[in-house]
Amino acid sequence: MNQVNNSSFSNNRLINWFKLSSPSTFYPVAGKLIPIFWVLAALFGLAGLWVSFFVAPVDAVQGQGYRIIFIHVPASWMSMFIYLVMATWAGLGLVFNTRLSAMMAQSLAPVGAWMAFLSLWTGAFWGKPMWGAWWVWDARLTSELILLFLYLGFIALQASIDNPRRADKAGAILALLGVVNIPIIYFSVKWWNTLHQGASVSLTKAPAMAQTMFLGMLLMALCFWMYSIAVGLMRVRAIILEREAHTDWVRQLDEVKI
Amino acid sequence: MWNSPAEFFAMGGYALYVWSSFGICALVLLLEPLTIRARFKAIIRRLRQEHLADQFDRENGK
Repeated sequence: MNQVNNSSFSNNRLINWFKLSSPSTFYPVAGKLIPIFWVLAALFGLAGLWVSFFVAPVDAVQGQGYRIIFIHVPASWMSMFIYLVMATWAGLGLVFNTRLSAMMAQSLAPVGAWMAFLSLWTGAFWGKPMWGAWWVWDARLTSELILLFLYLGFIALQASIDNPRRADKAGAILALLGVVNIPIIYFSVKWWNTLHQGASVSLTKAPAMAQTMFLGMLLMALCFWMYSIAVGLMRVRAIILEREAHTDWVRQLDEVKI
Repeated sequence: MWNSPAEFFAMGGYALYVWSSFGICALVLLLEPLTIRARFKAIIRRLRQEHLADQFDRENGK
């Protein structure tokens, strides 16, 4: 009786979300989602670049050099946001012992590391003309550098442990410990006197910049966001196949059976 | 805002800084999906080879 009820309950739902937590059901779904996110990334990217270069006015103080903001801020936002998502997946994997969550965390680490790298790189190329220095040991810059090292540490730690399940657990603990760095980065410009300017956009105040500048940053951030999802899904599909190579469902895949 | 393409590329004297930021960004966002595609193709190739080897074993097994 109980079983009958259970099965009808799950059949009545449009999508059974728990089913998606299995790599074999998630693999084809991810494959269908990837093109959608690529299209969205391209659309937001083209619109964002158009606004960044042709609509947003020149800055009164920094001239045309300020246009670096349109990739610097989105890359910095994404480097922090991806870390939180990665740590969440890693934590879920640790608590529920689900394979797919750990794979998701593993697939997000490199794209997060690249975003942190881009944030530092574009920051250096912005700092040089405006501050006269490529790098200063300022709280904001240093904590962002630590974020890059946390990503690299996560990747290196997982790669150094042969047993994938143990690698997942060790990586998850490192990822969760590293979360403490995220508020430090975010509030560093408030807590310390930094050379880095204060927050460009705050949740509580209206943006202190021209509307079109804000729009350009928002569009570029959406582009980076969609890109990160597309790339994350692409990598997780490769990781799924690598880790599940011995299973029957992988052997039955059309792309393998040819 | 821009009167000529040359003015656009000069970026008001900040060309080096603006274009190296946007250039490296474009390069990273292009290379990452390409390396992932190569990784994906490598695992598919390996799985296909294993599949063919299995088939071969089955046909000549007896």
